[in-house]
Amino acid sequence: MALLQITEPGQAADPHDRKRAAGIDLGTTNSLIASVREGVAATLPDMEGRHMLPSVVRYTAEGPIIGAEALEQAALDPHNTIVSVKRLMGRGVEDVRSLGEQLPYRFSEESSGLARIETAAGVVSPIEVSAEILRSLVERASETLAGELDGVVITVPAYFDDAQRQATKDAAQLAGANVLRLLNEPTAAAIAYGLDTGDEGVIAIYDLGGGTFDVSVLRLRRGVFEVLATGGDSSLGGDDFDHAIAEWLIEESGFEGDLSAELQRALLMKARSAKEALTSAEQATISHSDADFKVDAELSRDAFNELISPLVDNTIRACRRSVRDAGVALEEIDNVVLVGGSTRVPLVVSKVADYFGAQPLNDIDPDKVVAVGAALQADVLVGNKPDEEMLLLDVLPLSLGLETMGGLSEKVIARNTPIPIAKAQEFTTYKDGQTAMLIHVVQGERELVDDCRSLARFELTGIPAMVAGAAKIEVTFRVDADGLLSVSARETSTGVEASVEVKPSYGLTDDEITQMLKSSFDHAADDAAQRSLAEARVEAGRVIEALGNALAEDGEALLPAQDIDMLQQAIKKLQERLSGDDTRAITEGTEMLGRASEEFASLRMDAAVRRALAGKQIADLDNEMSDNEV
Amino acid sequence: MGVNLTEKAAEHVVSYLESRGKGVGIRLAVKTTGCSGLMYVLEPVDEIQPEDLKFSSQGIDVFVDPKSLVYVDGTEMDYVKQGLNEGFEFKNPNVQGECGCGESFTV
Ligand SMILES: Nc1ncnc2c1ncn2[C@@H]1O[C@H](COP(=O)(O)OP(=O)(O)OP(=O)(O)O)[C@@H](O)[C@H]1O
Ligand SMILES: [Mg+2]
Repeated sequence: MALLQITEPGQAADPHDRKRAAGIDLGTTNSLIASVREGVAATLPDMEGRHMLPSVVRYTAEGPIIGAEALEQAALDPHNTIVSVKRLMGRGVEDVRSLGEQLPYRFSEESSGLARIETAAGVVSPIEVSAEILRSLVERASETLAGELDGVVITVPAYFDDAQRQATKDAAQLAGANVLRLLNEPTAAAIAYGLDTGDEGVIAIYDLGGGTFDVSVLRLRRGVFEVLATGGDSSLGGDDFDHAIAEWLIEESGFEGDLSAELQRALLMKARSAKEALTSAEQATISHSDADFKVDAELSRDAFNELISPLVDNTIRACRRSVRDAGVALEEIDNVVLVGGSTRVPLVVSKVADYFGAQPLNDIDPDKVVAVGAALQADVLVGNKPDEEMLLLDVLPLSLGLETMGGLSEKVIARNTPIPIAKAQEFTTYKDGQTAMLIHVVQGERELVDDCRSLARFELTGIPAMVAGAAKIEVTFRVDADGLLSVSARETSTGVEASVEVKPSYGLTDDEITQMLKSSFDHAADDAAQRSLAEARVEAGRVIEALGNALAEDGEALLPAQDIDMLQQAIKKLQERLSGDDTRAITEGTEMLGRASEEFASLRMDAAVRRALAGKQIADLDNEMSDNEV
Repeated sequence: MGVNLTEKAAEHVVSYLESRGKGVGIRLAVKTTGCSGLMYVLEPVDEIQPEDLKFSSQGIDVFVDPKSLVYVDGTEMDYVKQGLNEGFEFKNPNVQGECGCGESFTV
């Protein structure tokens, strides 16, 4: 008999409806997986009781070795042991070359485009390496939760671009995981502290790990987190504290000359344990004695603080820059969250508190907080919290964009993107001395604005007169959990702002939406030759993901079992085509899947429209639109 | 008869109730479901119902409604680890069969 867990009163799901979800912190150095069990989100340990999985994969002729066992071999087998693969995700060979000096891998020469690494087990891509790490974590969770996972949330740095995000999703797909959504690491940390339950607010996330420092400023508006600014230093972390102590030790010992590599390593290890001891103790003893090096030193917390003070000050300077980039005043920041093992250092806590003028949140283990937040989100997205209406996962039925020069539509948020979402894009003036800009918001998949649906027009005035291309106009599209779109435009040097709110699916019947989609599919098929394979894949991936999520959410409520089965078969078929590289086959597969799911989509649309119209008067929407039109 | 807990099961209930922050005991109930009929439900108790029967075992109050008791009378609850998975296991003298998936049972 399966083992049973305690559930909150009235929430026990029938055995086959129980959903298993997990949150994954796919880190540069270490990765973790967490899940909500018996109402508590916690990271899951492996058989040996280890929560962290070193993000290391060693390729041998017998197969890959993942985690601590691979890390142990890193020094002996550097070419085949891939560490820090996160730094390579979604990067081209050229980008990687510049990092390459620090990395001992043999990058594959013949491949153009994405980076690939030669190993004893053949050529592997960073996506495949990440997939091994994900697979290992997902297996651990499946064993712990006694069943296949229904969905995962994977965290990524806020500064990851589309290619890096797509690579992460591809890795998950390769690992056989259903990605409910990618979540920004700082957002996950904020969710772990329940900061998403508020309505409004500005939050700073300070993440100091072993080798990297990241700071992010987020704004929460209508339940949507928006990244206002990110900053940091990709080569500053706790390892630098260790170096500072080791240098001090060498000075104390009076040693002169060159240290052997082994001695350096030994001193760094001792420095690191002294540092970690000083987090709770006032004093630490460090001693080392061998043929050429002898030291016996006492390091006090105060002396340690003095050693690392300049390093911590560097992080505070980066915070100041990010707060400025975010365009917020220090007083507007409601909460500061600490992430990363090095935020355990007391001096770090006190300097952060001094700068922000508030005690930072740090009572969740800073190594685990990101995974915990991701697990909480995964639990909601997979549907385990029926009475909680937080962050309904829904998707945009059609892309949203702006009219640009030449009557072209520039897509800002793509169709099938899960909402809520906020996205900003920068535009500029095209005439010298231009002081106003017309913002035309459109909806649809076609390239020409005339083929899309016009949603709203508004004008940003008061742009200072400059030469063409000098003004920076940041346009932000924000779709909240109810599908309500607000668009704001801001000239960044003066801060002049204008905005409009509009309901994107308002006024469109299901047939119209279906028609718009169909025409875009037909169009896409004609253009297939020119569209790149990558684009087709991204689109197919989105459709699969959206349909998968929609099925998980509403499938059983709206469809008979054989239809669900049919759709799942169709998804599988498209997935098979995805592994090939026939652009046309993939595009047509996407189209087929779109058609196969049309009925389901309109059933969902019906349900969504009923929900939306219950809350909003049609007249209100009209007014909102015309008030802002110029 | 009634319902009994092993020491391990009692320990887990205590730590669960502590981390939840409220609850006077635990409820064992039986619900109809699934491929083979019945499933167990284990919930914290915030409010005792008038018809509830109370059994005390290992310092834990276990509440069972009379309808469920018919199916679980004499059950011993244990808390076990199976590899990475852990949870409650039931030794129920009334059980005749289980469904293939091991999620539900018949009496
Ligand atoms: N108790 C402690 N006191 C001080 N420092 C600590 C303590 N525990 C861990 N650290 C430090 O935290 C760092 C590791 O943090 P973390 O695990 O967050 O880094 P990481 O995620 O692996 O690194 P990165 O994010 O840079 O890839 C190490 O420098 C370690 O010495
Ligand atoms: Mg980290």
